[in-house]
Amino acid sequence: MSVLFDAVGMTKRYGRVTVLRDVDFDVRGGEIHALLGANGAGKSTLCKMIAGLTDVTAGGMRIEGRPFAPAHKQAAESAGVQIIQQELNLIATLSVAENLLLNRLPSVAGIVQRRVLHRQAREALDRLRLDHIDSHTLVADLGVGTRQMVEIAAALARDCKLLILDEPTAALSGSETELLFDQLNQLRNRGVGMIYISHRLDEVKRIADRVSVLRDGQNVGTEDTASVSTDQMVQRMSGEAAAGPTRVRHVASIDADDDATGANGPTVLVVDGLCRGFVRDVSFAVQAGETFGIAGLVGSGRTELLRAIFGADRPESGSVSIAGSQPTQYVHPSQAVAAGLAMVTEDRKDNGLLLEQSIRCNTSLSAMVKRFSWYGIIKGTDEATVADQMCRAMETRCTGIEQAVAALSGGNQQKVAIAKWLTRDADVFLFDEPTRGIDVAARRKIYDLFGSLAEAGKGIVIVSSDLEELFDTCDRIAVMSAGRLVETRPRSLWSEDAILQASFAGHRTNESADAPGT
Amino acid sequence: MKQKLSQSFLQYAGLLGVLVLLIAVFSVSSNNFFQTQTLVTIANSNPDLIFVSVGMTLVLIVAGIDLSVGSMLALGSAVIGVLMVRHEWSLPLAFSACLLVTSLCGLFNGFVSVWFSIPSFIVTLGMLEMARGGTKVITDSQTMYIGSRVESFGEPLSWIPLSPAFLVAVTIVIAGQFLLTRTVFGRYCVAIGTNEEAVRMSGIRTAPYTIATFVILGLLCGLAALSQTSRLSSADPNAAIGLELSAIAACVIGGTSLMGGRGSVVASFIGVLIIAVLQSGLAQMGVEDAIKQLITGAVIIAAVLLDALRSRWGGR
Repeated sequence: MSVLFDAVGMTKRYGRVTVLRDVDFDVRGGEIHALLGANGAGKSTLCKMIAGLTDVTAGGMRIEGRPFAPAHKQAAESAGVQIIQQELNLIATLSVAENLLLNRLPSVAGIVQRRVLHRQAREALDRLRLDHIDSHTLVADLGVGTRQMVEIAAALARDCKLLILDEPTAALSGSETELLFDQLNQLRNRGVGMIYISHRLDEVKRIADRVSVLRDGQNVGTEDTASVSTDQMVQRMSGEAAAGPTRVRHVASIDADDDATGANGPTVLVVDGLCRGFVRDVSFAVQAGETFGIAGLVGSGRTELLRAIFGADRPESGSVSIAGSQPTQYVHPSQAVAAGLAMVTEDRKDNGLLLEQSIRCNTSLSAMVKRFSWYGIIKGTDEATVADQMCRAMETRCTGIEQAVAALSGGNQQKVAIAKWLTRDADVFLFDEPTRGIDVAARRKIYDLFGSLAEAGKGIVIVSSDLEELFDTCDRIAVMSAGRLVETRPRSLWSEDAILQASFAGHRTNESADAPGT
Repeated sequence: MKQKLSQSFLQYAGLLGVLVLLIAVFSVSSNNFFQTQTLVTIANSNPDLIFVSVGMTLVLIVAGIDLSVGSMLALGSAVIGVLMVRHEWSLPLAFSACLLVTSLCGLFNGFVSVWFSIPSFIVTLGMLEMARGGTKVITDSQTMYIGSRVESFGEPLSWIPLSPAFLVAVTIVIAGQFLLTRTVFGRYCVAIGTNEEAVRMSGIRTAPYTIATFVILGLLCGLAALSQTSRLSSADPNAAIGLELSAIAACVIGGTSLMGGRGSVVASFIGVLIIAVLQSGLAQMGVEDAIKQLITGAVIIAAVLLDALRSRWGGR
């Protein structure tokens, strides 16, 4: 097989942060090349550069030996590169045919030739043997799996030499996955090169010809799939030798008596058999003064779990009990907050903060009725005093409490989002990715804060994709995989390797156990 | 405190400037504009729009909109007319019934749009037709003359040339501004209009607050109905057509955002005054209706444009 695409020295920097470092990578015609790596290893960044979605800091690419430097997605597409991302790009209110041929609808004098449109669409669908899809159907009426097929058909309706698939099976059922694999095999036979990103190692093992593993932005090895086991793949991702001594990432330097950390108070949070959508039967308990970390791959259901606990999404079954209260399900955050829960959300811009409003308004929001209300009238002086104290205590960099939150840096915004809950106070604090995208100083400050909350006897739950963060802050760490909590240990009994192993555990057992049906 | 006062003055300085400028221009171009009588007439003929604009400001702040205010006003007026003329009710009783009817209309608007997640634009568009239809049904599409029994609310008082309606309207403006800026209710309204999901995730139920703004607007439409009925001495089933647009215009001139989260009751009040001065000033100059309409429209756009430019340059 000839080399279809090759890239040399691919590097990507955002400011001073290097996310991809000198990566060499190639894809042959008629090959499926899997790209593996832990969260943040640089897989998506590499693919975005190839697809023209982000610019290249350094490095060069070639397609069929010709230099290739796409300035934007259209340029990459005209060179024959198509990308199918996790969030689908179809327009739900249009028909399958219109979506397939959106940028080149057959028309005469601006009037769409419907018959020609559907004939061309039919041809594109037939080529993938998607006989069961009617080109007249609205995309809104299709299931997720079928939409994925249409998306692939849309990519292939254009001239496609290299197809990039980012987690294509994440939303698919077992039978839909089989259908997808059929299509990919056909494409392989037609000589299309494919880059396949997935966390599901069994799938990779089945479908891919070669595997490359990225770790910390570097390519740590490309090999034939047949010659590596899934265990070896995981070890490459975590960077630890199989037979070598298990390097326990002790944070002994930070506090010596690891297992004796505060966590012997009463139980403040009990989650029992919680189910919600993807989240299946999750149970755990957190004691007063304990910091409980939840690790896992992106998409393993961690945010969904926190939202179900907090009542942001209605749980299907299971219960939550806070500070010894009657086990129950919260169906609105107001109930959870009244019971003593607080949740710092992952996406602070979307649902954590009132961006256009002042620091003062944001700080007092949750505690308004509890602390700042006199028969419904705002105690303005108290409110301003507390907001000011919070800014000082959190070292929030601002011109004053009247400054709009939108004008603050990410780290300072996060401090305000946390201050909102400190002002309200709670028994249990849930943090979803508390330090994503914020600077080192703010991160330090937030870690200090976890410490003082624990000292005050609060229960703390931290969801994080940053393993170092979990090791630095947590007493116990649980790993979530495919919607289940697969394993919980004190942090001294974990290694990064072991966490990564556990992160893939759900997928493996899942695939073998309940692949048929679902 | 001193700083606060100067801040709030600055906030309204632009709007007041426009108002003063308009009065000055009309005083120069028309000799008898700057007279107590003219200004008093302007004040006494606009309480209805003031009431409605106060309520509309609250609704716009929670990122809602209410197109049915004109119809609600007409319905409230019809209720007063029918009860007083055909059933010989006293004014206080008839007015209470009017308030009940218009606030129930508001409750319907708020409840349906919040509970079923239907844009309030659509729900209140339906209410615009329903309330107008209801008005015509109960009045048989006839204007009902009530006479002196309702006139006192709209007539100048003995000790001051202003009507009780205007004085109540000013009181409502002050109360509305207090509600918006100094109470938990007002704060939640602003927060909901800014980012409803963030408010929900802060442990606050948003539905009651959003619905309440529509109910308040309904109540104020009832007050506006009394004001208009007393000024016209009768209940006109075709009254207040297009009132929703004047009220939204007044709010927008005052700087209220149609996207929610930003607005001021006092600013909307000044917005009403600007529209009123413009209308009567142009009328006094003898400008014909068509041109008046044209200029009013241009002023609305200019006001919003100015506001947009200010926030772009000011950098907030």
